Amino acid sequence: MRYAMAADTLKCVGCSDCVVACQAENKVPIGYCRDWIVEVTDGTYPVLEMEIRSERCNHCVNAPCVRCCPTGASRYIEGGIVVVVPDKCIGCGACIASCPYDARYPHPAGYVDKCTFCAHRIKKGMDPACVAVCPTKCLYFGDLHDPNSDVSQVLRKRKHKTLVPEAGTDPQLYFLI
Amino acid sequence: MTSRREFIRISFLGAGALALGTGGCRIFGTDRLPGGITDPENGKGRIPTYCELCFWKCAGWVYKTPEGDIWKIVGNDDDQHCNGRLCPRGTGGTGMYYDGDRLKRPLIRTSQRGKQVFREAEWDEALAYIAVRMKKISSEYGPESMALFTHGSGSSNFINLFRAYGSANIAEPSYAQCRGPRDEAFIATFGEEVYSPEITDIRDTRCLVLIGSHIGENMHNSQVQEMSDAIDKGAVIITVDPRFSTAAGKSKYWLPIKPATDMALLLAWMHEIIYNDYYDRKYVEKYCLGFDQLKAHVRDFTPEWAHGITTIAPDIIRKTAREMANASPAVLVHPGRHVTWYGDDTQRSRAIAILNALLGSWGRRGGFYRPARYELPSPVLPAYPEPSRTWADLFPGKYPGAGLPVTNALIDGSIPENNPAYPIKGWIVNACNLMLTVPDQAKTIKAIQNLDLVVAVDTMPMEITGWADVVLPECTYLERYDVLRTNPHRKPAIALRMPAAEPMYDTRPGYRIARELALKLDLEPWFPFEKQEDLLDWQLKQAGLSLDELKKTGVKNFERENDDIYIGDDEEVEFPTDSGKIELYSSYYEQMGFDPLPKYTPHEEPPEGYYRLIYGRAPMHTFSRTSNNPNLTDLMDENSVWVNPKVAKEWGMVNDQYIRLKNQDDVVSEFPVKVRVTERIRWDSVYMVHGFGHAQKQMKRCFGKGASDTQLITRIMTDPVMGGTGMRGNFVTFITEKAGKEAES
Repeated sequence: MRYAMAADTLKCVGCSDCVVACQAENKVPIGYCRDWIVEVTDGTYPVLEMEIRSERCNHCVNAPCVRCCPTGASRYIEGGIVVVVPDKCIGCGACIASCPYDARYPHPAGYVDKCTFCAHRIKKGMDPACVAVCPTKCLYFGDLHDPNSDVSQVLRKRKHKTLVPEAGTDPQLYFLI
Repeated sequence: MTSRREFIRISFLGAGALALGTGGCRIFGTDRLPGGITDPENGKGRIPTYCELCFWKCAGWVYKTPEGDIWKIVGNDDDQHCNGRLCPRGTGGTGMYYDGDRLKRPLIRTSQRGKQVFREAEWDEALAYIAVRMKKISSEYGPESMALFTHGSGSSNFINLFRAYGSANIAEPSYAQCRGPRDEAFIATFGEEVYSPEITDIRDTRCLVLIGSHIGENMHNSQVQEMSDAIDKGAVIITVDPRFSTAAGKSKYWLPIKPATDMALLLAWMHEIIYNDYYDRKYVEKYCLGFDQLKAHVRDFTPEWAHGITTIAPDIIRKTAREMANASPAVLVHPGRHVTWYGDDTQRSRAIAILNALLGSWGRRGGFYRPARYELPSPVLPAYPEPSRTWADLFPGKYPGAGLPVTNALIDGSIPENNPAYPIKGWIVNACNLMLTVPDQAKTIKAIQNLDLVVAVDTMPMEITGWADVVLPECTYLERYDVLRTNPHRKPAIALRMPAAEPMYDTRPGYRIARELALKLDLEPWFPFEKQEDLLDWQLKQAGLSLDELKKTGVKNFERENDDIYIGDDEEVEFPTDSGKIELYSSYYEQMGFDPLPKYTPHEEPPEGYYRLIYGRAPMHTFSRTSNNPNLTDLMDENSVWVNPKVAKEWGMVNDQYIRLKNQDDVVSEFPVKVRVTERIRWDSVYMVHGFGHAQKQMKRCFGKGASDTQLITRIMTDPVMGGTGMRGNFVTFITEKAGKEAES
């Protein structure tokens, strides 16, 4: 099992619904977020191109945050999902510094928090909250080892990229371009 | 009470309210949602609602924590408005409920040591206060001298109250400040409006044309979803916008048009489509009237002619016309929604309607579908008293093409020196913040100063509440029943809103407010049901349905009576126009003295050093009404002014620098606004998201954040057909610290 997500930059309108749905689902305190929107515009008026990305933890196969965690709070769980166990986290912030995607934030309750691919929902056969809510249906989620999963199918069909591949972390958040 | 009103920042709330406030604010601490949340099982522990964050009214489910707190709101899978996916505002709807800055108790304006303040009041006293003054206005001037400004699902309660009281002066800013020109133009052409949600068949279109419509930034939920489906299916998108909008970024063709020249482009497209025989000949011959006149009318409007006006290259005009023709009839020239731009908006919307008719898209798959509505039985009420005068009698002959009352005409009628035929003496303003909704704030304030009574019904201390004599705090949509949603769609459907929680503080549902006011005005026969839910129960029973069943499904979809969503091949259609045909040439407009075919009129251009003020929407906010919602403020808490890099360089402005804007009438934005230097806006224009720059201190999160476009819109280009307030003829310049220093030296 290898969970992954793909975000279609051609359909995403950057509405931030993924952000607010995640905040509600996961009780993320106001002022913090586990996912976010990036808009990049290239060119000079009127020859312009725009890419909009819904970003979050890349659940890397080779995750620097897991490697550098001194207490073992950052770890992989089933399907390669990277999580933080709050009780084990001392809030040292080493993982925050190590993440090439800036995907982690210090939760005011004293531990480091991040996207879990909504592991609690996946367990029940539901999509992550961001995927379930997206009005443009631009987010695809599933098991890469299952060729019929939404994410496997769309990655077969569409051209895609990952962010900061040179960091060598083998990220599992793909962007359809 | 014609004493001059001061704008009161609603701050006299006392210690009691403060205590209530902290109770309601517990969400903002880390204990916002107590632990132990379990996902409720389907069908259990979830409460049906439809959203009130905007007018799309998506149906959803409210989930609560085991402790009974509202946790999250999720779309209803069976709902055609959202298909199980709420937009960011709907998802953040909990913030409306938990906002500690909400109105909490009724307030009455009073005077203390010569200073105007609000005092808290009991409901009974506040309603009695209003009833006494409404009776007085009725006896002195007639009931028509009371006007209602209203918006949203709660409108029906106050509309019923007003009609029973004897006034039909009921206006919604969604008409003359927004959709009105479009609706009138489509009625003039096809005999029918495009409804809300619009009957646009984007899902199956092969070519979507957006004229300044920024789908994706306006988060009209199912339209955004369908645009995404259309992208998946390879539809061609053509976006006409001086700004590189999100939709422009997804378009095969982006036409960066010179602002205020859309009409020329539309006429050139008509020319191309007619003179190249691109039009749907069979459809036009069978259903349309006035083709020959139209053909003669657009003869000279060539792409070369339009190029000089719009700056769009002739070959792009030709190519895009061909793209539309190739997709015809599965082509949709989108009618837009907020279309009150330049004062000739009904005519521009007519041009859009005509273009659709030429392409044969009205009533066709991938164009406009034919809507179906579920007709709910209504209780038989006593006949409403016939008003002896309506809004149209205030200024006879003005806006003859307006099918609905015009907000700005009612405001004009409230100012004696305008010499209205009769005076407007009192307002009830329900759920619309006129100060940020209707342009020309100075005029609105002047009107307010001449009234005997101003009542504001709202959930938040919006600016209009600061001008009211009585403020009535309504509970949010999550705390009340409302009318059943029956908006037309592909399938007839109904949706239920029921309370997920008891009203917080001393707030009440609109139904109860209107009914208890009706009792004090001796109008009980028009409110036979004590509670909203009694009415819903009665209606559903009459229809053979049940409230208890609807509580389990939230939405009920019905099959169409006939298989008639699209016009069938060779179907004989009688369109609901005077002629029964689609009227390309409008004899009706000609009779009223307006152009029977749309014409291009040049509009004023910004003077040297000034830039056209263009405004629009952000997907996480609805107008000015969500600006203080804690969840949505977290996504976007202020607007910025978009400036082209060339312009920024000229003015020495950099990203994130705070400046003020000054318009052509020397009105300066009340609060500083951040500069966003971006290639996404033309050099002759600036852009900002509407709804920011709130002046009401009690809305702590949004007070003073960003600039209010409405404040800067002081020059109105009024649509002579229907009274729409064209708002895009305002020009602004920058007040930067540097410029200020230079001026001193």
